[in-house]
Amino acid sequence: MITRSVVRREAITIGIALAVSVVAGSLLIVLTGKSPTEVFSLLISGTWGNAYGFGQVLFRATPIILTGLAVALAFKVGLFNIGAEGQMIVGSFATALCGTSLPDGTPAVIAIPLCIAVGMVGGGLLGSIPGLLRAYYGAHEVINTIMLNFIAAALVLWLGNEFFFARATTRTEPIIEGARLSNFDMFPGSNANTSIVLAILLAVAVHLFLTRTRRGYEWRAVGHNPRAAENGGVNVRATIIGAMTASGALAGAVGANFVLGYKHYFENDMGTGVGFMGIAVALLGRNHPAGIIAAALLFGTLSAGGLTLAVSVGVPKDFISVLQAVIILAVAAAAATMYLRQHKKGDQAGDPQKGKPGQQNQPGKGDNADG
Amino acid sequence: MKQPFFFAIAVLAVAVATAGCKKKETAGQDNSPAGSQTPDKPAAPSAAKSGIKIGLVYDVGGRGDKSFNDSAYRGLKWAETELGVTIREVEPGEGSEREAALRQLAAAGHDLVFGVGFLFTDDITKIARDFPKVKFACVDYTVPDDPSTIPSNLVGLRFREHEGSFLIGAIAGIITKVKTVGFVGGMKIPLIRKFEAGYQAGVKHVCPDCKILSAYAGTTGKAFNNPNKGQELALSQYEGGSDVIYHASGKTGDGVFNAAKEKKKWAIGVDSDQFHVAPCCVLTSMLKRVDVVVFDTIKATVAGEFRNGLQEFGLAEDGVGFVYDDNNKDRLSQDVVDRVNGLTKKIIAGEIKVPFE
Repeated sequence: MITRSVVRREAITIGIALAVSVVAGSLLIVLTGKSPTEVFSLLISGTWGNAYGFGQVLFRATPIILTGLAVALAFKVGLFNIGAEGQMIVGSFATALCGTSLPDGTPAVIAIPLCIAVGMVGGGLLGSIPGLLRAYYGAHEVINTIMLNFIAAALVLWLGNEFFFARATTRTEPIIEGARLSNFDMFPGSNANTSIVLAILLAVAVHLFLTRTRRGYEWRAVGHNPRAAENGGVNVRATIIGAMTASGALAGAVGANFVLGYKHYFENDMGTGVGFMGIAVALLGRNHPAGIIAAALLFGTLSAGGLTLAVSVGVPKDFISVLQAVIILAVAAAAATMYLRQHKKGDQAGDPQKGKPGQQNQPGKGDNADG
Repeated sequence: MKQPFFFAIAVLAVAVATAGCKKKETAGQDNSPAGSQTPDKPAAPSAAKSGIKIGLVYDVGGRGDKSFNDSAYRGLKWAETELGVTIREVEPGEGSEREAALRQLAAAGHDLVFGVGFLFTDDITKIARDFPKVKFACVDYTVPDDPSTIPSNLVGLRFREHEGSFLIGAIAGIITKVKTVGFVGGMKIPLIRKFEAGYQAGVKHVCPDCKILSAYAGTTGKAFNNPNKGQELALSQYEGGSDVIYHASGKTGDGVFNAAKEKKKWAIGVDSDQFHVAPCCVLTSMLKRVDVVVFDTIKATVAGEFRNGLQEFGLAEDGVGFVYDDNNKDRLSQDVVDRVNGLTKKIIAGEIKVPFE
């Protein structure tokens, strides 16, 4: 249930955060001896201002919509999945293995869904491990997902080098023609591909699942208060395992963008960082699928535009990294401030943020502190 | 009430993650000789001199690696001051940025665009076809099965590392007092095998009964970034009786130099002059002149003499060599240098054929 006041407060939060970021970014630009208006207008005209640039924004946004959804879905169940990076790597690798091992001439209607599914299973399996450890042994998923990122990257590199990478390269053989997603003719030269449709469909699916199904209600109940949910008859263990698996599967779908839609093979270090970017996108998007898509478009614009700035005016790419970090910090600070102010009032008043998405994860942390 | 705590965790996690991702880039900035915006300043006046615009995209790691990328950077700066070209350099982050950076540099009207490293091979070949009027150059280009498929506006720049390694082998074979020398390689791939093959041939040329101990740090990319393994391998080779070790292993070589310091034995650097990594113990270094090759390619383009296809740089082209300067002149006697220079002449003349596999 999202009340109007919640929406308004979220909008104010994000607005303040973005305003602070623009001011901080302008100061930085002035320090490097350039004009903020010139740099910001280039950032916009180089991305949303032309077909290639906009295609690149979509291409960059696609994987972080998926990892953002992965992080947000786990958040809703009170779990903090920092393992989207590793799940994304395993999923992409699995997608590529599917695409290379299918026989030539496999029709696209079979090859594409199958390879996406294989990637999601790969990511989901990796996600299920910290889920199981959390459900049965209380081992904290934050630690385990971080650790599994390293294990996943090393395992994939080893498997690739031993068995799958083409000679003297760090990439697999190309996938079959039938497994390739098409690019958009309207964005010539860009890497945008139809996996953006998959990402948006999954965002809608996650939203409908959480708000319109009984299981989704149970998952959110566990996120609210696992004890109460358990007393209400929800299987908390199964929910935790299921949520971590589903979260991993969403991250595992990233291979559709990089492997099926772009390079047509898996390459070591492909997409590095999009898993961590997903955390930022979920935070900025307030864990709501629509918010995540918007946040992913913003971050996609920044990373596509960052390269344009580096090429056209020589602004170092680190500038964009700093700007992204400022946005994240500003959002977190603004949200915390709004929450505290609201909380003081809310103690007496009707407490409007009860139903607010993004705050339901808090009892999960409380549960953990109890052991 | 625990909400702020949750945000603290979230922010911390993102901060840690971002810091982790950025480490490479910032490390590069720390070591780089000049600030990042310096390329712009001298570029403006010199642009008028030639009007030629050069773009360059670095390999993984970016500037400040004290080796490959830095060497490319020196070549670029050299061309800027000497030829008056306008330069634009880009350090790509995640993999897909390599391609996007090449494409945008080409679209922004650069006359010549470099990709530094074999990883660029596929992308630069594709983009060269999309931009037939722009010229492209790829350092360490991987030769396709059919070299005639290389686009007419692309040059693949390759080095005969085995020739430089042959000279290094000869130096090691002369200097060793115990007739045993070592080799530490990074990742076991054909590129590194070229170094080993040339080195072995050089040692055997001057010292047919010398023994060569050889080891690789691994079969993954990490083998170029594993100093502990390098130290372990070097220590075992020093203990196994060798008194000179040549490495071709990137960062892993730091471990080889540590072992040399510990054992007070000789080590030989690679790619750039590595004397300063271990001043006590570096005998010489095999030079891979990425800077010379970048400069020469720009110079040819400015003069309208750009050539496509594959170009190889060995001793004859000054593309490889060894270090002999004030730092190590008391370590290599005039006699040794004369002999090695004699070998250089023979290789250039084709009297000695250096094996590469």
